[in-house]
Amino acid sequence: MNAAGFPILSLVTWLPIAGVLFLMSVRGDEETVASNARWGALWTSLVVFALSLVLWVKFNQADGGFQFVENAAWLPQWGISYKLGVDGISVLFVLLSTALTPICILASWDAIQTRVREYMIAFLILETMMVGMFAALDAIVFYMFFEGVLIPMYLIIGVWGGPRRVYAAIKFFLYTLAGSVLMLLALLAIWYQAGTTDIVTLLHTNIPVTMQSWLFIAFFASFAVKVPMWPVHTWLPDAHVEAPTAGSVILAGVLLKMGAYGFLRFSVPMLPVATANFAPFIYTLSIVAVIYTSLVAFAQTDMKKLIAYSSVAHMGVVTIGIFTVNAQGIAGALFQMLSHGVVSAALFLCVGVVYDRIHSREIARYGGLASRMPKYAFAFMLFSMASCGLPGTAGFVGEFLVLVGAFKVNFWLAALGSLGMILGAAYMLYLYRRVIFGVITRDDLKTILDLSPREVMVFAPLVILTLWMGVYPSSFTGFFDAAVNAMVDHHHAALATTSKLAGVFAR
Amino acid sequence: MLYSIAVFAPLLGSAIAGLFGRAIGDRAAQAVTIFCMILASVCGVASFVSLAYGGGHAGSVHIATWIDSGDFHVAWALRYDTLSAVMVAMVTCVATLIHIYSVGYMSHDNSIARFFSYLSLFSFAMLMLVTADNLLQLFFGWEGVGLASYLLIGFWYHKPSACAAAIKAFLVNRVGDLGFALGIALVFVTFGSIEFSTIFASVAKHQADTYVLFGKWPAFEVIGILLFIGAMGKSAQLGLHVWLPDAMEGPTPVSALIHAATMVTAGVFLVARFSPVLEFAPGALGFITFMGASTALFAATVGCVQNDIKRIIAYSTCSQLGYMFVAAGVGAYQASVFHLLTHAFFKALLFLSAGSVIHAMSDEQDIRKMGGLARKIPLTAAVMWIGSLALAGVPPFAGFYSKDAILEVAYAAHSAVGTYGFWCCLIAAFLTAFYSWRLLIMTFHGKPADQHAYDHAHESPAVMTVPLILLAVGAVLTGWAFHEQLLGEHWQHFWGASIFNGPANHVLHAMHEVPRWVGLAPTVAGIAGIAVAYALYLGMPDVPALLARRFRPIYLFLLNKWYFDELYDAVIVRPMIALSRGLWQVGDATIIDGIPNGLASLTTGGSVRASRLQTGSIAVYAFTMLIGLVVLVSVFLLFR
Repeated sequence: MNAAGFPILSLVTWLPIAGVLFLMSVRGDEETVASNARWGALWTSLVVFALSLVLWVKFNQADGGFQFVENAAWLPQWGISYKLGVDGISVLFVLLSTALTPICILASWDAIQTRVREYMIAFLILETMMVGMFAALDAIVFYMFFEGVLIPMYLIIGVWGGPRRVYAAIKFFLYTLAGSVLMLLALLAIWYQAGTTDIVTLLHTNIPVTMQSWLFIAFFASFAVKVPMWPVHTWLPDAHVEAPTAGSVILAGVLLKMGAYGFLRFSVPMLPVATANFAPFIYTLSIVAVIYTSLVAFAQTDMKKLIAYSSVAHMGVVTIGIFTVNAQGIAGALFQMLSHGVVSAALFLCVGVVYDRIHSREIARYGGLASRMPKYAFAFMLFSMASCGLPGTAGFVGEFLVLVGAFKVNFWLAALGSLGMILGAAYMLYLYRRVIFGVITRDDLKTILDLSPREVMVFAPLVILTLWMGVYPSSFTGFFDAAVNAMVDHHHAALATTSKLAGVFAR
Repeated sequence: MLYSIAVFAPLLGSAIAGLFGRAIGDRAAQAVTIFCMILASVCGVASFVSLAYGGGHAGSVHIATWIDSGDFHVAWALRYDTLSAVMVAMVTCVATLIHIYSVGYMSHDNSIARFFSYLSLFSFAMLMLVTADNLLQLFFGWEGVGLASYLLIGFWYHKPSACAAAIKAFLVNRVGDLGFALGIALVFVTFGSIEFSTIFASVAKHQADTYVLFGKWPAFEVIGILLFIGAMGKSAQLGLHVWLPDAMEGPTPVSALIHAATMVTAGVFLVARFSPVLEFAPGALGFITFMGASTALFAATVGCVQNDIKRIIAYSTCSQLGYMFVAAGVGAYQASVFHLLTHAFFKALLFLSAGSVIHAMSDEQDIRKMGGLARKIPLTAAVMWIGSLALAGVPPFAGFYSKDAILEVAYAAHSAVGTYGFWCCLIAAFLTAFYSWRLLIMTFHGKPADQHAYDHAHESPAVMTVPLILLAVGAVLTGWAFHEQLLGEHWQHFWGASIFNGPANHVLHAMHEVPRWVGLAPTVAGIAGIAVAYALYLGMPDVPALLARRFRPIYLFLLNKWYFDELYDAVIVRPMIALSRGLWQVGDATIIDGIPNGLASLTTGGSVRASRLQTGSIAVYAFTMLIGLVVLVSVFLLFR
């Protein structure tokens, strides 16, 4: 049935739910339940990660189409089926999700002390939703997972968050839901038009040009909020600030990629004409995002907020790359998404380390940590440098490929879009200086401890990934090269047909 | 193979010292890094000798693919030609000497392993830069040395001034790097590749290409300017020079290695490396000469009034880099690389002897508080004299050959910018000699200004003085030994295909046919500068203060470095900070968040009323959809 020989995607998607059932069945006093929940969740997520590595090994890089496809009739009378599969674009995001989940569980080990079982359950459900979203090949299934992600995340922020958690959770929920409603309308319209919700079929369905703009706007409303693009980004800093560390990690690492993934899965391939027409509009918003949010990040006094704003700026680079619709632009956007998934996740973990010790995210509260915490200073430096795109780290490859792709479109798009190179370095180094450099003045910092073995375990894979992605990115770009080239060719072919048709009508 | 060892040995040393420094201890960390550096320099010199004299063949060493995306391919590969090999030999040798010197200089520091790890990391990045086989790998080295420079300037991270200087260096460099990155993208768009051999082979095919940016330009000109913007950042040329003097906050060996001998010359190297393309971009070359000449003169004027021993030398570096660009801009890349090599020796020597002075004076850097030190630290004084003689261009020291050559080629170019370059460099030569002897006299001669510090001054240990002596030998000999091979009639024997001169470029020949006075002028200017310094600071020590009072506005203008920092602060830094606060407080918190928060209260208000008819939750839902519909329709109408 597929290269793995068994329904691997379903297994990876639903196995966390099995873990949830186990956690729910545990009985005993609070301490036992909490300990069992931690270990149960960790083992579940590790098994899921190990299983997902089959995808890494067995994926055929030369094939630009969908692989490991599973198809089961679900509502055949309406053309809806339970269909899963991955192509070069989605496979690495499945792996990113399964890799970050155990890291998150490990990072919450001591930080979460209340309702541990419920917390772990929320994380496992979240993993199911994320993997399902990236693996879905049916629009309705996709929509269910896409919305389903909101629920555990809403609870993670709203229950285990900081003091303003309820405001942040509701803002997060309403913002993302408002856009999604329009996406549902668009999906219904496409369904009506094409008679199926099978994404593979839809990718090759010609949608009338007049309809494309409408659909594009509807999709845009949903995905732009998720990315988030300027000016619908303000839910993100609030959500990050209030979320527990692991919540921020998943939010930045995976959830922000859903919007950009949606653009790549629906808007660009299905609506080529609208994509070309709306590209200047997207470029404008993205450039504003890069410059505006980088400047705002510079002014922040809260560590998490600063990194949250930097995420918005980095995702601006991603949206520029996607809408250049050339090989370097899209490959760069994908790589930037992956590297941001690793690097910003790691930066939030860095904030978490000192938050767990001092219980403050105020930048001014720190200073001089380098002398007490050399390991931490090293990790923080590496991820800061990756965040501002130093060659040899993960952050550079994506940013540079997008620069090349953007340059093919327009000089100013490339120049303004890359201002993040300077501004990003400014806010990251300024943050680093205020937290790590200087002299320790406060008493509680004089006894602060360096990374514990558990924290080293959390950071080690991220350090390795950051360097690996920077020095030998081919082992990642190889996965999506074929799919990206196919998408670019398809886009230009579709545009050529449309303009030919337009020429016929004009005559 | 030897070549790869030369490049990667420092990385190994850096990794061991950095990751296991605490476990193995400072001594072991020093030993490992120095051993790796010595290994690297042996291999580096061996590969240079075998290529230049042993009949070795140029080529490249492929290591691995780096980035593959569509038609964009880049590999990790080491380019092996004369230009790269000579740089490898120079960088490894100077870096090794500075590693050894640092054993003595940093002996009282408490994070020695970290320092040596950074130094070796820098050496590795610099070697990657000079051996790059393509522009992106060069950029990797370029940013890598930037990182190492940032880490080493901020090495004493407890000092706020060091942290500020580190950030400033990184950010100003990043401004140039943006231009560099855009230049790489344009090279890719023009040539379809960023690998040097492919680019240089297809120069003829793309010579007529144009690029539209504020009007239509030849693509080569735009490439040249964009890459040079990168070079301006790294090589501290006028406008982007502001980071270099502040970078002196780092430990002195760092100033010698990074901010004098190697990293700051990366821009010059880039221009020489890219000569096959730049030869067909006369506009860009003219701009390079113009900026170089202006920098040479500007930095020399500022150097004359500074009082910090390291800052004087820093401005001198800035000025000498300008000389190198003047030569490159008139097509004499060989002369600019020649000056780069001699400068590496005598400038490293000057910085390290300044370090020895600072060491002797217990961290005092103000030359007004020194004086008479020649009696206490004669060896340091002697080598600093040698360094200054080389810098001032007095025969037969190294600087004489290379500086003379630069003035000759600038004159021989017979172009307007060439002539501008010639006169700027000539005046700068006078000023260079003047400030060098001002420094020497105030430091080593006359009466001690601070008797207490003078009494405690002591000569440095052998681990510091031996590198000084070796560098002094280099500062004496490199010019005499190499000038015929690098610049003589048979320069092609030496350089091979690594530096390219266009068919219309005869400047290397023409430099031998300039009038006699042109060849003598820099030496005369230098000796005049020395004489004036003697007259003013030993003969009539009251006159300088009098002059400073009489011409106070000029004096202040120079003392404050032409007010560049103040200008940037007022025009860029403060507006940016104000803007970022404003965007956050007003843009995000008030306007963007105001709309949904207002909507929310509106909805609540509305739903209270609506709940008489319906449940509140449906009203919220309907309202959201309504808003969505309105936006949808209006956007659609707008974009139709």
